[in-house]
Amino acid sequence: MREMTMIQAIHEAMKMALESDDRVMVLGEDVGKNGGVFRATEGLQAHFGPDRVVDTPLAESAIVGAAVGLAVAGMRPIAEIQFLGFIYEAMDQIAGQAARIRFRSGGQYSAPIVIRAPFGGGVRTPELHSDSLEALFLHTPGLKVVMPSNPRDAKGLLLAAVRDPDPVLYLEPLKLYRAFRGEVPEQWYEVPIGRAQVVIPGQDVTVIAWGPTVPVAVRAARSAQEAWGHSCEVIDLRTIAPMDTETLVASVEKTGRVVVVHEAVRSGGVGAEVAARLAESAFLSLAAPMVRVTGYDTPYPPPAIEDAWLPSVDRVVEAIHRVAAF
Amino acid sequence: MEVYRADEPKPLYRVLDEEGSPVGPVPDLAEDRLVGMYRGMVLARTFDERALNLQRQGRIGTYAPFSGQEAAQIGSFAVLEKDDWVFPSYRELAGLIYHGLPMERALLYSMGHPDGAKVPEDSRMFPVQIVIASQLLHAVGAGWACRLKGERSVAVSYFGDGATSEGDFHEALNLASVFSVPVVFFCQNNGWAISVPVSHQMRSATVAQRAVAYGIEGIRVDGNDVLAVYEGMLRAVDRARAGEGPTLVEAVTYRLGPHTTADDPTRYRDEEELKRWREQRDPIVRFRKFLEKRGIWSEEQERTEWERARRMVDEAVVRAESYPKADPSFAFEHVYALMTPDLSNQRDEWRARASRREGMQ
Ligand SMILES: Cc1ncc(C[n+]2csc(CCOP(=O)(O)OP(=O)(O)O)c2C)c(N)n1
Repeated sequence: MREMTMIQAIHEAMKMALESDDRVMVLGEDVGKNGGVFRATEGLQAHFGPDRVVDTPLAESAIVGAAVGLAVAGMRPIAEIQFLGFIYEAMDQIAGQAARIRFRSGGQYSAPIVIRAPFGGGVRTPELHSDSLEALFLHTPGLKVVMPSNPRDAKGLLLAAVRDPDPVLYLEPLKLYRAFRGEVPEQWYEVPIGRAQVVIPGQDVTVIAWGPTVPVAVRAARSAQEAWGHSCEVIDLRTIAPMDTETLVASVEKTGRVVVVHEAVRSGGVGAEVAARLAESAFLSLAAPMVRVTGYDTPYPPPAIEDAWLPSVDRVVEAIHRVAAF
Repeated sequence: MEVYRADEPKPLYRVLDEEGSPVGPVPDLAEDRLVGMYRGMVLARTFDERALNLQRQGRIGTYAPFSGQEAAQIGSFAVLEKDDWVFPSYRELAGLIYHGLPMERALLYSMGHPDGAKVPEDSRMFPVQIVIASQLLHAVGAGWACRLKGERSVAVSYFGDGATSEGDFHEALNLASVFSVPVVFFCQNNGWAISVPVSHQMRSATVAQRAVAYGIEGIRVDGNDVLAVYEGMLRAVDRARAGEGPTLVEAVTYRLGPHTTADDPTRYRDEEELKRWREQRDPIVRFRKFLEKRGIWSEEQERTEWERARRMVDEAVVRAESYPKADPSFAFEHVYALMTPDLSNQRDEWRARASRREGMQ
């Protein structure tokens, strides 16, 4: 099968979505002529025209707010926020408007939009370009939050998001855009939103990650196996809302031990939600306290010190050993 | 029925033509101030070109060049006093350096060093703003405070043409107008917001005319004419100091380089347009011609000035590159005034790891 990078897979998904449905449109800052600052929309405007791939003025609230109106009136917008850190500008339109229009109108209206945004660290960006803010949106009922970690899922989840009847926030880990290639089917396929994937099966410890920390978790699992002989089951959450509790519980019932890895700051992070669910549903299976390996409770630090801040393979290996040896 | 339409756009205010000859009243500035502004522009250009090089060599990280915009920046900063508040975006290094920001700090910022965001302690500059248009509201607040405290100081915010599309721009102008705040909104309209030309950013013919809708004064000056910028800014600052409220200043200029070192302008920008601005409208050339015609600048001085600037930039590079390495615990120390128990635990954990890592190396 063909291999491609995550950014190519995302590009291909948007192209297929635009081809398959006249109502689909792409809008955002620099997505047209420039093809997006990461080239996610490269060539799409030339192919589909400026009405379907739209360079908007520099206004995030306008982009998302207009997308809500477009969607309500029958279009299927894919809006881009250039970097997740700038989504605060559109917070009301996402959390206060798009996410609750179905509820507010008693099911009369809905906002089937996709909001794409790159995020995540380890790439030496200026301030606010690397922040992981998924927890803000897990806390927003009415919104789905998708975070792919490989090219195949990236395409399948984006196609599922475009067809989804509700607003979907689709978060793209910057570091993984071009980090590796993976097999991506040519045809239209959808990876269901709300289902986690067992990336590596194992017996002793469940390591739960999503987005940029999945490769970190995988490397850590391998080295924990080599160094200590711990057999780790690595689970890629893939979407954090809705969250696939079932897969997590099934794994923990087998292993009894849990490490959660995410880049976002620790307090109130998605890891806390994962731990709470496991405490509620699998408490008696737990053989050790759950451990979180996360960003620290500070703003994302400047590039010169970010490597020491991010959850590293070392930190995850240590955590695995700690819960395994408990 | 009466309908409202935008005014016919006003002509650009200019003091000098492209050849450096006066076409309007020349501001009454002492010789050494004129020369000082020119030197500021030369130093800025030298710094900018060097920074771009350093980025290409991998010695600094992402950098947003400002070449072409020196007149807009130096001309406006020349009006400011030390006690005035300044809220810059990421593209105002020329002005900030002229206003006292040490060059090595600007370099450290692009190196990703935490100290790069620090400003001189006796200044009222803010660190550079990354989020488009947020700083306009901070300027409104600071200017408002100056008025409430009976200070003479004013607040200035710097931003690009793209920023005028953000809600924050409109909220800032409106709020400042309602409370008659001593604030100057200084827009460097450099033609582009990354790949989007100003004609696709807004349908009003000028940025300056937007002031009208908020009941404040708008000024539109040739941003590549340092004296026109100076005059425009002087009017705005004087009005603010005199209690006449906010002003929106639009300096029409051009970004000669890429948006940042991560950007490739050949994808969206016409070579001809760039050539025209580079060859015919360089703000430094124009001002030099003026100084020469005034008889206060010679070829000899010109040569020494560029050499001096190169030396100063070299020295700043050395200072930046020999600056002490970033301390990892920085991240924890500046989150709250008093570190929380959680954070101090996290810091200890981090320190232990950092020293283990060092030990391994
Ligand atoms: C709120 C927000 N959205 C998007 C960005 C990404 N971005 C950085 S600079 C820029 C263009 C800014 O253009 P303009 O305001 O004209 O200023 P210039 O860069 O030309 O000086 C964009 C879209 C950002 N920094 N902040």
